[in-house]
Amino acid sequence: MYGLLWLIPIVPFVGFLILALFGGRIKRQIAGIIGVGSVGISALITILVGINFLASPPNGGSFTQVLYSWFRVGNFAPSIAFHLDGLSLVFIFIITFVGFLIHLYSAEYMQDDEGFSRFFAYMNLFIGSMTTLVLANNLLLLYLGWEGVGLCSYLLIGFWYTEPENGYAARKAFIVTRVGDTAMAIGLFLLVRTFGTLNIQSILHSASVSWPVGSSIALTVSLLLLGGAVGKSAQLPLQTWLPDAMAGPTPVSALIHAATMVTAGVYLIARMNVVFTLSPTAQLIVAIIGALTLLLAGFSALTQKDIKRVLAYSTISQIGYMFLALGVGAWSAGIFHFMTHAFFKALLFLGAGAVILAQHHKHNMFEMGGLKDKLPVTFWTFLIASASLAALPIITAGFYSKDMILWHAFADSKGSVWLWIAGIVGALITSVYTFRMVFLTFYGKSKTEISYHPKIKIKIALVVLGFLSFAGGFIELPDSWGHFALLSDLLKSLFPAPTLIHEGAGLEIFFQAISAVLVIGGVFIAYYFILKNPAFSLKFKESKLSKYWFSGWGFDWLYDKVFVTPAVFFSRINKSDFVDEIYTGIGKLAVLGNKLFSLTQSGRISWYAIGIVIGGIITLTIVVFL
Amino acid sequence: MQILFYIAGIVAIASTVMVITRTNAIHALLNLIVSLLAVALIFFILGAPFIAALEVIIYAGAIMVLFIFVVMLLNVTREGIQKESKLLNPSSWIIPGILTAVLLIELLLIFSGVNQGLYNHAYRQVGSAVISPKQVGISLFTKYALGVEMAGILLMAGIVGAYHLGKGRKTVVHRYLSELTPVKSGEEETKNG
Amino acid sequence: MANISVGTGLLLAGILFMLGLLGVLIRRNVIFILMSIEIMLNAAGLAFVVAGAKWSQPDGQVMFIFILTMAAAEVSVGLALILQIYKRFKSLNADNLNRMKG
Repeated sequence: MYGLLWLIPIVPFVGFLILALFGGRIKRQIAGIIGVGSVGISALITILVGINFLASPPNGGSFTQVLYSWFRVGNFAPSIAFHLDGLSLVFIFIITFVGFLIHLYSAEYMQDDEGFSRFFAYMNLFIGSMTTLVLANNLLLLYLGWEGVGLCSYLLIGFWYTEPENGYAARKAFIVTRVGDTAMAIGLFLLVRTFGTLNIQSILHSASVSWPVGSSIALTVSLLLLGGAVGKSAQLPLQTWLPDAMAGPTPVSALIHAATMVTAGVYLIARMNVVFTLSPTAQLIVAIIGALTLLLAGFSALTQKDIKRVLAYSTISQIGYMFLALGVGAWSAGIFHFMTHAFFKALLFLGAGAVILAQHHKHNMFEMGGLKDKLPVTFWTFLIASASLAALPIITAGFYSKDMILWHAFADSKGSVWLWIAGIVGALITSVYTFRMVFLTFYGKSKTEISYHPKIKIKIALVVLGFLSFAGGFIELPDSWGHFALLSDLLKSLFPAPTLIHEGAGLEIFFQAISAVLVIGGVFIAYYFILKNPAFSLKFKESKLSKYWFSGWGFDWLYDKVFVTPAVFFSRINKSDFVDEIYTGIGKLAVLGNKLFSLTQSGRISWYAIGIVIGGIITLTIVVFL
Repeated sequence: MQILFYIAGIVAIASTVMVITRTNAIHALLNLIVSLLAVALIFFILGAPFIAALEVIIYAGAIMVLFIFVVMLLNVTREGIQKESKLLNPSSWIIPGILTAVLLIELLLIFSGVNQGLYNHAYRQVGSAVISPKQVGISLFTKYALGVEMAGILLMAGIVGAYHLGKGRKTVVHRYLSELTPVKSGEEETKNG
Repeated sequence: MANISVGTGLLLAGILFMLGLLGVLIRRNVIFILMSIEIMLNAAGLAFVVAGAKWSQPDGQVMFIFILTMAAAEVSVGLALILQIYKRFKSLNADNLNRMKG
């Protein structure tokens, strides 16, 4: 079964090629079948491979399939090869399975759009690139997938290209992630120079052998890779692109900007965990970035009007949790949270898409309401997902993963009580803004008429994801409840085990109780301020603090002043390109010379005769005197 | 004898100066003839009687006469001569004068032996022997026979070229068109009458 | 017959040549330019004859004969050209013959 591994990225690429070349000529139904079907085949193969992996794991815990040698320059010879282990298995399962559901959803969501086959072409290309990224066995192939998903993100954000705003949002996303990509590329250069290869397993092995803990080279490489990760995952300081990326169609936001692409940074850090472990400073920085981002984004989400922007800031915040987990050394917890987050965030976006369809394509939550009874399937699945996001105790998947992160943030040797406090405040805020969103959208008086009821494809996607958001957490119970840790067992061999400084089941249950109380309290706070007493929130909206949080803590303004304005200024004064002027100047000089010399040809005989005489004088002078 | 040389030299120089400063072409040409005659005399003094004769016959006699014919053919009127005098203003003499003066000075420097070794013959005496026409003839037709032939070809080219260039440009009428010219009136009368 | 130094003879030839050159540079009428060229040719011939007399050989005179021949041919062709110029441009000013400028 492992031999089919290479099909997982290739089938979506083939789907992309077919749709790109023939998409305009085939019928819409066929395009849809190809688009959804290719990801479906990928998901099927993933499940088969996964079953094989879990039933009889390969030797050494991983399986490598080399397709062919890419190129060879001196001793550097990367190849197109795929590497399957527990980590990449989790990722490809999420990517293909959630991706398949989202493709199914889009077949209905985009049915009236004229760019139907173009959409599925881009989406297939994305799935192919993302699976390449997580299955790559060397960093160069990973970088290929990295760039591929960046490209698809650009193409899909600006999908409705006739609207200039979408183009600007796409451009902003691409440029901001590019800054991160450059840092990552420099990190790759350092690795090649140090080790002569980009093969991940070789690097991890060589680094653990030859780099001392806390060495500057480990710190530099870690920080550079972290730069790439924060760009792709929209963390501080490169988080400004994700809220604007909501200009794309909702399935795009669900797939790329919730479940998969933005988690590429998490994957990178998890994959290169040896390098990060060798540099405690870098790991601490990862945790701090995670903690700050989750608070920053949480407060911003509290003030948003657009339903998709709330979810965008929520994504930034939740990925902050994953970074926090990775930073304190709770690797499995971070991956677990990635898994549950993919389920409930994708579901939230899909549900929001269904709501948008039903409300005449409006996004403003304050113009929605009373949809609870009119869109039942949407409402109940949205509610389950929101509960999972808020991490309501026991019955939701999000509870298990978020709790694991919070416990490790406090108890791990690399954690601290401050990180835990940040996490717990973040949990409270998450609960508040999540249920604010639910109450505004589904409860209260109906302000807009229903324009569209979702049909079977949308409903299937919503229901399946809803089930997973509920049950997906049961594969990993906390230590205090017993040892039922399927995911950690899968990933055990890949990561160093977390070292806890505070032990004890009782302590753990105490912390769980604190977070449970805060989360449920958040629900009631939201209920009070949105449904019972809306006047206060309306007054708060006008305040300066609210506006500051609304603009994403002013980062857009800051970057505009510091980076954009000088760059535009310099490009404006260099409009005629002084380097080019040097070359055209040579040409102009030649023309000037021509004009000057053509003056000497006056056509008059006497002029030429004088020329001859002068020449004669010069020659005689040379002969006589020299 | 030496005095004769100097007198002839001064006459040659004076008449040449007159040539280049006259406005009337005929006057200039006549002055040029005088200059040529003076140079012929110098040739005679130097012991080259054959060349002196040739100078008078060919140069002054044929070439200058040809010049005069052409000038008369051009029929320059009195206004033309006055226009010519306007063109010859003193300010246009300065730069060419300076340039030729520089050349002359350089020539003098060469003669005064600036580049020693080559021109220290400048004070050698010359003109004591007379080269007879017979010697010239023998040299022409034995040593320089090829040059004579080439001079002949050159003259022929000159004749042919001068003939063609001097011809007026006639309009060429196609022979069918020339038949349309009217018949002479004399023939008509004889037919009728 | 007489004893004149070579330098004086050549000096005379040089002065005559310079005067001819001056005429070429100054005059605007093409006929005068042609005349000045004749003066220069004559002066060159004088120099040849002086040189021939120095070595007491007929070579200088032979050279002068060739120069004479060449001057004759050149004058005839040149005057024919001047006739054509006059017919075309209706003036003998050399400054008008500047179609080759630029």
